[in-house]
Amino acid sequence: MYNKIVLATDGSEHSRRATENAVHIASCTEGSKIEIVYVVDATHAKSDVLSNWNSVDVNDTRKARVREVEEMAKQARVNYEVKILHGEPGPTIVDYANRNKADVVIIGSRGLNGLQEFVLGSVSHKVAKRANCPVLIVK
Amino acid sequence: MSQSSYVQSWFGNIKGDILSGIVVALALIPEAIAFSIIAGVDPMVGLYASFVIAVTISFVGGRPGMISAATGAMALLFIDLVEGYGLEYLLAATILTGIIQIIFGIFKLSRYMKFIPRSVMVGFVNALAILIFTSQLQHFEGEASIVYVLVGATLGIIYLFPYLTKAVPSTLVAIIVITAIAIMMDIQVRTVGDMGTISQTLPVFLLPDIPLNFETLAIILPYSLALAVVGLLESLLTATIVDDSTATESNKNTESRGQGIANIVSGFFGGMAGCAMIGQSVINVKSGGSGRLSTFIAGVFLMFLIVVLGDIVVQIPMAALAGVMIMVSISTFDWNSLRTLAIVPRTDAVVMIVTVLTVVLTHNLAIGVFAGILLSSIFFVSKISNVRLETKLDGNKRIYKIRGELFFASVTELLPKFDYEEDISFVEINLTRSHIWDDSAVVAVDKIVAKFKDQGKTVEVTGLNEDSNELVGKLANKLGSH
Repeated sequence: MYNKIVLATDGSEHSRRATENAVHIASCTEGSKIEIVYVVDATHAKSDVLSNWNSVDVNDTRKARVREVEEMAKQARVNYEVKILHGEPGPTIVDYANRNKADVVIIGSRGLNGLQEFVLGSVSHKVAKRANCPVLIVK
Repeated sequence: MSQSSYVQSWFGNIKGDILSGIVVALALIPEAIAFSIIAGVDPMVGLYASFVIAVTISFVGGRPGMISAATGAMALLFIDLVEGYGLEYLLAATILTGIIQIIFGIFKLSRYMKFIPRSVMVGFVNALAILIFTSQLQHFEGEASIVYVLVGATLGIIYLFPYLTKAVPSTLVAIIVITAIAIMMDIQVRTVGDMGTISQTLPVFLLPDIPLNFETLAIILPYSLALAVVGLLESLLTATIVDDSTATESNKNTESRGQGIANIVSGFFGGMAGCAMIGQSVINVKSGGSGRLSTFIAGVFLMFLIVVLGDIVVQIPMAALAGVMIMVSISTFDWNSLRTLAIVPRTDAVVMIVTVLTVVLTHNLAIGVFAGILLSSIFFVSKISNVRLETKLDGNKRIYKIRGELFFASVTELLPKFDYEEDISFVEINLTRSHIWDDSAVVAVDKIVAKFKDQGKTVEVTGLNEDSNELVGKLANKLGSH
């Protein structure tokens, strides 16, 4: 029943657990596809560009960050595609999921405590609140 | 990824550009004033520069959506010039900087920016951050403790206000609140008005009042060269950041030329040289700006605010501006580089630190960049000059296999590695895994062959690759007399 699975990832440990769940859900439905979404925030563009000043393409390092996620999808033999988007993580993921009529969005929770969440804001909560489809937050 | 048409780059995003332009204008005012004070000139010099550069670059720049104005990097380079010669020389140096940058653009030199190693770029931004920070320390010297309180309060508002709303730049809110407190409570601290005058008029065209002779050129040229290099470095770095965060491309040579034109116009209208601003450009992108219109609005709205609100601007306490500058310095610093300092190659870390130290000691970003480039070239040369020699005895024949690059830096160590007196009749020098790069290498190989021949041995050089062979052939005639 979940054909179009949007998996939001930042290459961290939390998003690895989210990937496990995405792969599991994808393997339940024939013909389903995981869209691995990685969002580049303008705030991090400076350090990304600086640390890749002499590389051919900054996006190579970003793709490397989602490589582990890709590997997991590959091993489980599910269809997948990697998308690199630009903007504020929360709204960008919501916008992508809604425009592409995703069946489900899967996102890792960073596991922040109450104060951190108040200060940093929770991407997963923003997505859960505003996406038009079911959202699975993996802890 | 495509370069949009010129009209599209103006009017492709009208609503987003107008709003983000206004946000940027508000955030620019305190910085433009503070940078003028760093350079030692009236606040108007930085404000005029920011207005003129932003408006000019919106027409002639190569990176739509990037914000250029008076910057800290450039202001820091002006300190000595202004102290020694005054404002008119600053204006002349600004115009000359623009001319150099246009030449840079015409000759399409921006691609050589990739020759600047990553560690030098990181050192550059870190050094810039440190200089901006230390330039603020003068505002604390011999001041009452109330100054510390005001700076602390400014920083508190700057970092905490975004959690309430991000619609208004928190630096502006901090400036307004602190100024209001200072006025209402009648706190006696130094204000912008004490540092210079704010004239509520538009800039006018003026020729710098300097003697047009060789002596003047000799004074301003070193400053202009440094300004041109630093301005382009920061502008092209910023352009790459904007390219990356908007997933679009830009024309770096057009941008170099545009920076030059903007600086020339700025100099004629009483402004100082500027360049692209990383922080402001990121604010612009995050506020939804992406077109030329956003840069244009930022410049025009800034000037409008100064004309309307000049009386209030002079009452801003210097402590509030110092707080803003400390924030600018913190966000300019590449904190990531501290985390990775232990992981990156040792030589990269050394280059970064030497770049920073050179800048901090000389107060000149351009000298730091050159020191960094020089040092990393030396490291590179010493790394690849490592030549290994493998040897094998084949009956009456000794085979030497050379692995590595043969050039001026690597040959001196090579010569003593051979055993010229060994009791054999044949020697083979195999260069399959090697490359001969220059005449020093040709001479060295010749010398080795000659030394073996002196000992009565038959020598054969094998495995020369095509390039090396060609070079040896060319040089054999010229250097035959050796």
